[in-house]
Amino acid sequence: MTTATVTKEIKNKNSSKENTTTKEFTKVDRRDAKLALAHIYVAFIALLLGGLAGLLQVFVRSGQFTLPAGINYYQILTVHGVLLGLILTTYFILGFQTAAISRTSGPLSNKQRTIGWVGFWIMTIGTAAAAIMVLLNEASVLYTFYAPLQAHWIYYLGLALVVVGSWTVSLSQGLRYIQWRKENKGKTSPLLSFMVVVNNLMWFVCTLGVAAEVLFQLLPWSLGLVERVDVLLSRTLFWYFGHALVYFWLLPAYMIWYTVLPKIIGAKIFSDSLARLAFMLFLLFSIPVGVHHQLTEPGIDGFWKFLQVVLTFFVVVPSLLTAFSMFATFEMRGRELGGKGLFGWFKKLPWKDSRFLLPFIGMVAFIPGGAGGIVNASYQMNELIHNTIWVTGHFHLTVATTVVLTYFGAAFWLIPHLTGRVLTKKMNDLAVTSGIMWTVGMFIMSSAMHIAGLLGAPRRSEYSTYGGSEQAAEWIPYQIAQAVGGTILFITILLIIGIVINLIWFAPKGEEEFPLAELAHGAEKTPAILENFKLWGVILVALILIAYTFPIFDIINNSPLGSTGYKFW
Amino acid sequence: MHIHKYEKWWLTFGAAMLIAFLVIVGVSAFHGGTHPNNSKWTINYEKVDEIAPFDNPGVHKVEGKDWDYEVVLVASAFSYNPMEIEIPVGSKVRFIATTKDVIHGFEVAGTNINFMLEPGYVSEKITTVDKVGEYVIVCNEYCGTGHAMMYSTLKVVDADDNSNSH
Repeated sequence: MTTATVTKEIKNKNSSKENTTTKEFTKVDRRDAKLALAHIYVAFIALLLGGLAGLLQVFVRSGQFTLPAGINYYQILTVHGVLLGLILTTYFILGFQTAAISRTSGPLSNKQRTIGWVGFWIMTIGTAAAAIMVLLNEASVLYTFYAPLQAHWIYYLGLALVVVGSWTVSLSQGLRYIQWRKENKGKTSPLLSFMVVVNNLMWFVCTLGVAAEVLFQLLPWSLGLVERVDVLLSRTLFWYFGHALVYFWLLPAYMIWYTVLPKIIGAKIFSDSLARLAFMLFLLFSIPVGVHHQLTEPGIDGFWKFLQVVLTFFVVVPSLLTAFSMFATFEMRGRELGGKGLFGWFKKLPWKDSRFLLPFIGMVAFIPGGAGGIVNASYQMNELIHNTIWVTGHFHLTVATTVVLTYFGAAFWLIPHLTGRVLTKKMNDLAVTSGIMWTVGMFIMSSAMHIAGLLGAPRRSEYSTYGGSEQAAEWIPYQIAQAVGGTILFITILLIIGIVINLIWFAPKGEEEFPLAELAHGAEKTPAILENFKLWGVILVALILIAYTFPIFDIINNSPLGSTGYKFW
Repeated sequence: MHIHKYEKWWLTFGAAMLIAFLVIVGVSAFHGGTHPNNSKWTINYEKVDEIAPFDNPGVHKVEGKDWDYEVVLVASAFSYNPMEIEIPVGSKVRFIATTKDVIHGFEVAGTNINFMLEPGYVSEKITTVDKVGEYVIVCNEYCGTGHAMMYSTLKVVDADDNSNSH
């Protein structure tokens, strides 16, 4: 980073020479904005295409519609899962985080920015390669790609490149944070930058599992270099990654809740220390918990399953911390604005501001979402809902409501901030409408999924009457309800894409704020231990070793004959 | 690090709930024996048809065991063998199942008889069938194009009806 760059971009700040220690950054550097925007463009293209795939799925499952000749339901399902679960999320997160780092730690150096672009292109080449294989129907193995269903090796390679690219982009963000720490010895780092680094660290450690699965198992096997693959080991490596993946989606939403929302409502950050503590706890309890996705599988001992269930539930602590901080912030601000009585403060919140409303709806959705998650992870209770469409209903509340509504709410100020335009009142009103429509559509779809799942309807299955089964007939009205909800959601996606297009190319030029709350006056200094990555890293590694060493040793030791590949689609 | 008084109460309440909850789940599993499928039984998945008990899939009445019936089931893309299982209500049943190819699911819809079938492993579940009815058994893990066509039926019948038919 050169001083010249900083002073050019931050016109309203002092233009002092070398000393950046006291500098407050209020805007994302224009060149960093381009890097962030590139990611966000891909994310919204993925939203449109992945949403279309979702629409086709709910239509098929209603029993009223069949796909045109040659298109396989599970091909569409793979498109939906990969584009929305992996591409939309990863690109949005990395774009948002690049902007967040540039806004809070300062502009990236040319070298850091180049690393970011290299990562973006590695991810994008990987995405294109995987997409081609899916379109050719060579990879209808869904986004979880469970062996021994065997996709074309280019599909696995493409997804591996997405992961490697994401590491590279994360590296550019991490280097900027390290630079800040060096330039500001002894000071507490900007909260948002710290959160970005925690999320990236978690991402790096968890993706090692899926990278090992792809590089050492699936690629050699799909290339024909080895004949057989250890199926249970591959699944265990996948889920070592798979649960942290959902926290990787969630933590950027938490970043927005903790650091952006207070500013939008005119409040301060409730507690810097508690926010950092919550993030560190997420880091610790994100990875040594993956076996809770494998509770009904053979080959893993009950003791180790239960241990990981216990570790899973520790996530309750940072979740409760966050819930408290958020609602304390809202209530204190509401009262400051004159809200009286037990709930009077509630009316004082800016309900007509899409930047607040969408993330707020997301938070509310996290209450039933979290409750459902407790059922899923509850050892024996998992047997009732495992692989039923209840699970699909669950994560459409968590990732597809809590997380994405927060992302959308952020996109509506972030995109114009990056493009040098403004969110007009008209666009804001449309954005509010989109939030309400999403809520209605998702309420219908997700509720129907939860109920049908309790009745036994399986997930990841096309329309079937199961030989005229009476039970299966009971599921069909709920599948029609899912199609109604899904249609509303797709229309909402079109509206959101319209708003995004406006914010990229057509909105009036101007300066849209990147809202970022300050610490409350007189706040205590954050204990340095919270920023001691070595300490937390050691605890993380220790927990992972405790939770995984024995089960993996056991899986390898007891492994049956490995599996050859199958292409059953 | 300052923590607000109400926040302390909130976290204490949360932590207490968490511990109580985990104790209930843990006692139920380790004392009550309500573990999900944890079988360590391995098998050569390419020779399932030749290996007992899978050389004779079906419902078998057994004597001198902790359960009354053994249901031996083989899954393969895209069917179950047997296609129909009939058991008198109130029987204690041990389900023993495996797959000959890819991963499949075994879910008796609307019940907690639900586990994964993975190549090389035998999955097990011991339970009492206590409600008369016809239950559809579905594959709930994606296994290929015919995944949603893969089903079997569990008929839990009145004990009297069953004795009449035999």
